[in-house]
Formats: sequence, structure tokens, C-alpha cells
Amino acid sequence: MLSRTAENLYWIARYMERAETTARFLEVGGRIALLPSAGGAGNMSEWNSLLRASGTEAGFAHKYGDPVQRNVESYFFFDRDNPSSVASCITAARENARIVRTALTTQMWDALNTAFHELRDWDRMERSELDMAQLTDWTLRHTAMLRGAIEATHLRNDGYDFLNLGYFLERADSTARLLDVKYYVLLPQIDYVGSGLDNYQWSTLLRALSAHRAFHWAYGGDVTAAKIAHFLILNQQCPRSLLTSVTAATTHLERLARGYGASGKAQARVRALLGELAELSVEDVFDEGLHEFLTRFIRDVAAVGAEVQGTYLIGDMR
Amino acid sequence: MTDAFFNEMFQSGRVRPPYAQLEGWTERMPASLRSLKQAEAEALFRRIGITFAVYGEGGDPDRLIPFDMFPRVFAHDEWRKLERGIKQRARALNAFLVDVYGRGEIVRAGRIPSRLVYLNEAYEKAAAGFVPPRGVYSHVVGIDLVRTGPDEFFVLEDNCRTPSGVSYMLENREIMMRMFPDLFRGNRIEPVDRYPQALRRTLASVAPQKCDRDPTIVILTPGHFNSAYYEHSFLADLMGVELVEGQDLFVEGEFVWMRTTRGPKRVDVIYRRLDDAFIDPLCFRPDSLLGVPGLMDVYRSGGVSIASAPGAGVADDKAIYCYVPEMIRFYLGEEPILKNVPTWQCANPDDLGHVLDNIADLVVKEVHGSGGYGMLVGPKSTKAQIAAFADKLRANPGNYIAQPTLALSTCPSFVDEGIAPRHVDLRPYCLVGERVELVPGGLTRVALTEGSLVVNSSQGGGVKDTWVLAE
Repeated sequence: MLSRTAENLYWIARYMERAETTARFLEVGGRIALLPSAGGAGNMSEWNSLLRASGTEAGFAHKYGDPVQRNVESYFFFDRDNPSSVASCITAARENARIVRTALTTQMWDALNTAFHELRDWDRMERSELDMAQLTDWTLRHTAMLRGAIEATHLRNDGYDFLNLGYFLERADSTARLLDVKYYVLLPQIDYVGSGLDNYQWSTLLRALSAHRAFHWAYGGDVTAAKIAHFLILNQQCPRSLLTSVTAATTHLERLARGYGASGKAQARVRALLGELAELSVEDVFDEGLHEFLTRFIRDVAAVGAEVQGTYLIGDMR
Repeated sequence: MTDAFFNEMFQSGRVRPPYAQLEGWTERMPASLRSLKQAEAEALFRRIGITFAVYGEGGDPDRLIPFDMFPRVFAHDEWRKLERGIKQRARALNAFLVDVYGRGEIVRAGRIPSRLVYLNEAYEKAAAGFVPPRGVYSHVVGIDLVRTGPDEFFVLEDNCRTPSGVSYMLENREIMMRMFPDLFRGNRIEPVDRYPQALRRTLASVAPQKCDRDPTIVILTPGHFNSAYYEHSFLADLMGVELVEGQDLFVEGEFVWMRTTRGPKRVDVIYRRLDDAFIDPLCFRPDSLLGVPGLMDVYRSGGVSIASAPGAGVADDKAIYCYVPEMIRFYLGEEPILKNVPTWQCANPDDLGHVLDNIADLVVKEVHGSGGYGMLVGPKSTKAQIAAFADKLRANPGNYIAQPTLALSTCPSFVDEGIAPRHVDLRPYCLVGERVELVPGGLTRVALTEGSLVVNSSQGGGVKDTWVLAE
């Protein structure tokens, strides 16, 4: 397969997963804003921390200044200046798809193309008529549609592996970032840890990951920081956990290595990361510090991404 | 007014034989079904992704070329004659190219002025002295034809570089077969879908000297911003070859390689859809980011074949066009089967005088122009437009040629009010490799605006399926 084709496939998946993450960010922010703030007056606002966690804080501040909800919503959903906005991601995914149109199945192209055209309809509507929950649902529906089309129709060839690498590396990164929001949700005092307020925020996070009910089935009882961290980092059953994502990325890299008859740095890196996660306990994570652990993890995932890029997508492999 | 033009379906109130099966077809189709079918066709085109971007116009880059459902039909005998004429022309053009990059016999013999050849912008000095495999420069020759009577066909221009539009020939047929299977059951229509394999075979047959295996073929595209990108990817897919951009290729040692996920892979034949100026920044435009540095060196040393070969453009220049009948006589010793349109070369003072005197009745074109830009259709222009154009013409006469306004034939077409005659032309695609081959069909372009003679898609033209009836 042409390296550039592999690259286009990889980025279609990354962009669609990113669109989904951005929509989930929006949902977390929206729900947190429904809570009374701890300090007394008004409600809570975590838009700042969301912007920071999504890595778009500087761009937003430059354009809008203070994070007012309506502006953040626009920025996260529609703004083409924000490379991670839902609109930017879907447009970029569709552009990548157009380039490799013939490497996609009709259903995959339909899923992307439909999303793109409907997005243009949203664009033409009055912002005041738009309901954020509707936009979030819409995004999740379309990302799921593409995902389903891939599973149902794409050949299980190397292209399938590159698509999945895109999905799972992006997902590992985004779950880590969503989780990191919790770190940024600065509690006024240490007493709040484990309090009702704290738990409400954790639950919001779970809802945003569409994992609220799954969590309760898996763990039961109270929501605690340790349970949630375990669920999102180490639980093999959670489809968005770090371990699940890294396991899947490893599987697809190993499939590639078998198919091509050559294993390289990308495989070595991802195996090392998987090995570490597999040995890890929640206590280890909290000992290291959740934020510190996540920061390191995000860097490690980026390093795997860089090896994939260097080995397969640039085409300099000899 | 329309009586002045040859109508391909009706002659003095009678239906011409090739269209017999289409008589009453539209009458039997209720208006509701017609709009349904039209919407279906549009949805199919959109779904397949055939869209068309017009350079420099802005607007919707995903615009569709209008598709007219009424087919254009050739009888078997009509087509056989056209086919002979087209192949003859394709052979002569290639013989001319080999000659002018070699000994230049036709110039020495005084049959073509040397300045038209050697001072031509499209003459590629870097190609001189090298004979490409099988002596083929132009592997896909698109010859634009118009019809003015039952037996009158004229060649409007030759396209020896990278004629586009063949994807429409294939897709128009697919869509017609899907929407109107009855028409195909009731008629014996020659299929066109073998074109991609024929093209692949043609390209494989011109593999370079150093290629000692089943050649690896690629299509080189300027990229997805190009208006014909869809066609490039469509052909690559049907031929089962990779679609590459300049950045996917590199030169190392004596060969050209492409970057793949398994490592570098050697490339033997490049079907490029990119102008000469852009294919190698070391040899041509240094600012080109689209090409492959060092490509020309590999080409000249027989490490890779390029189709069309660099320099092929000198044969389809509008000034050279006048001499194609001469080429046919000179190289093939035959009389031309297809006629040229009488052409005045404005570089020539006598011709210029004639053109300026009769400009309101003529079509004036730029020598290097294409796509219907930079041309004047005298009878369809206002006095002010004509005066402005005449000024440009006087300022730089060598840049223009002029031809009489041809009475382009018409074919019934779907219009808002029902069915009406609209002007059409034809572009068949002739393949030249080990064999000279022509798929029975082509692209019929139609000027959907009433009375318009400009069929270019960039000027609001549409397309039709083109049928050749089997014997």
C-alpha cells in the first residue's frame, strides 16, 4: 500500500475519533455547568479546564478571551480556526477520504460524506436555534456510523490496520485527556475529595464517555476515585480504557508486522507501553499522581504514533 | 433556426435509423418519472463522487457536471469510418513526434515551417534525441470532433498530452444501464467498459528497456485539488494501479521508486496527468512541488516510461493542427479520412486581414488556450465584445487562430420544456501502444443553453452517454 494512502486512512480514523472526543468534552462542560458552585454564588464553570485539557486553551483565549459558554460551544463545535472542533475534524476526515476515495467502501464514503453534508446544513442554521445536546448526539451518531461501516464492510487488510491504529491511538490519547480534566477540576479544599460534589463530577465524566451504566454494572456501590480510575485506565472491559486502547493498537501493529514480515520500533514501543499498563495497579497511578501519570502516558502514546508515522506513513522503511 | 443544423435524430421529419429505438421513448415517459430519473442520476453521480471543480471560479467545489439522459447514437458503419480516421490521425501524430525529436524530416522536406516546431513553447529540448519505447509519445489521443452533416465530420483539435473526460464516458454508461435497462435490452449497444484494461495493456506494452518483469504502472496526479482528481482516482481503481503524487515518488540510482508501507517499490511506467513543466523540477520549473526531482534523467536512460512522453504537446498545438493532414500524407502515404476545419493563422498578415474583416462570423481562439477560455464566438458576441477582442488580436496576432463558425449538429436533449435539440461534439479516446485501439464510444458534450455552441464543462456544458450500435 502506498504510504500516503495508509496515512490518509490513519488520519480519517484519528479525526473522526477526535470529533467524538470534542463532542464528549462539550457534554462534560455542559453538565458541570448545571451544578451549583461550591463557593456560594452561581454555578460551576469548567470550560477553562476543558479548553486546557483539549489543548486548545491558547487558541480560544486569543480569539474570544474569557470562556463564556456560548463561545466555547461555538469554538468546540463549529470553529474552523480550532483544528479540533467537530466541524474541522469532520471536514478533515472527509477530505482525507476524498483523496483515497477508492480505498474506501461505498458505505464508509457514504457515512463520511453524509456527515459532511449535514454539517453544512448545521452551519447554515441560527446558532440560537441549536441545542448542544442535539449536536453532541449528532456527532456521536455519525462517528458510530463510520465505525460500523468499517467493521461491516472493510477488508481485513493492512488498510484496516491503519484505520484501527488511528482510532485506538487517538482514543488512548483522548481518554487520558478527558480523565485529566478531573485533575484540573480543582477542588477548593481537600475535604471535597470523596464528597458528593466530587463524585458528581466523576459521574459526569462517565456519562460523557457513555460509560455511566456500564460502570455501575461493573463495580456497583459508590462512585469512588479509585474505581473510576481503574475503570478508565485498567479495565479490559471498558471500550475506552487506556489498557483496551493500547491492547488494540498493539494487536493491529502486530498484524502489520506479520503481514509485512518485519517488526520495528513501533512494535517495540507499543509492547513496552502495554507491558507497563498490564502490570499497573490503581495505587501505583495515585502514588505517581494522576496528572503526572496521564501526562507521561499521553507522551508515550504520541511516541508510538511518531514511530508509526516514521515506519509506515512516510515510507522510508527499507 | 435549428433547421440550419444537422439534427442527428430527425431528418426531414423522419427518424434516422440509429435512433429508431429511441422514437417515442420520451413520449412514453411520464413527466413525473422523468424528474425522478433525473434526480436518481444526480444522486448516483454524487454518491460515486464525480464532481467537477472549475479553476478560479470559487463556489461549490463539489459541483456536478449536468448529465443529459438522452443518448447520442452512432450507427455501426458511421463509427467504423470514424474509427479509421481517428486511428489514422493518432498514428500520424505519433510519427510526427518521433520525427521532430529525431531527424526532423518533415521540416527538412519543407512541409512544416521549422519555427512552428522548434520555436514552439511545447517543444521540449530535453526530449530531443531520445526515442521512447515503441516510438510512442502520445499513448492516449483525444480527438475532438464535430459533425455538420450525415457524412461530414471535422476535427476541432487534437489532445496528445492528457485528455480528460474518459471517466464520464464510463460512468455515463454505468448510470444509463442502471436506470434504463430496457433501452439496452432493446438495442445492441457496444460496451465501453473494457477501456481501463485496454489502457493498462497499452501502458504495460511501453515498459522501459530496463524493465525485465511485469511492469509496475502508476498514475501520477497533481493532487486532490485538481479538477480532474476524481477521474485520476477512478481510473487508478479500475486499472488496479496506485494513484501517486510527486511526493510519493523519488529517484535513487537508475530508477524511480514509490514510498509504500512495505518500503520502496520500483516504478516502471508513469501515466502522468500533469503538464511537462511540472514533472521534474530539476529539468523544468524549479518551483514545481508536484513533480519528481531527477525523473527526466531516469527517463532518458531507459529506467522509466512516461505517458504521454515529455514533449508530446508540440503535436496538439493549434498552429501545428493545420498541418496534420500533411503529416498523414507524409508519414503514412494516405489521404486523411477526417477533415480539418479551415483555419486562418493570424500570424500570417493575409490571414489576419481576412480574420479582422470577417471577425463577426468567425471563432477566434488562442493558440495555446483550452477549455473554452480566451476565445471569441463571433456570431454570439456583442459589438463591444468583438471590438475588444479585435484589439487583443491586433496587439498579438501570433497568439490566435480563427475558424469559421461550424454548424454543429444537434441531438435531442432534456430541457425544462421537454425535449429540444442542443448542439453536441464528441471526444473519443484512442490508445496507442503495441497496438492502436479505440473503444467504441467516447464523451459527447452538449451545450445545454439554447443556441449555444460552447460545449465545455467549464462554460456550462453537460455530458451524454454515447452509443455505438453493434453490427
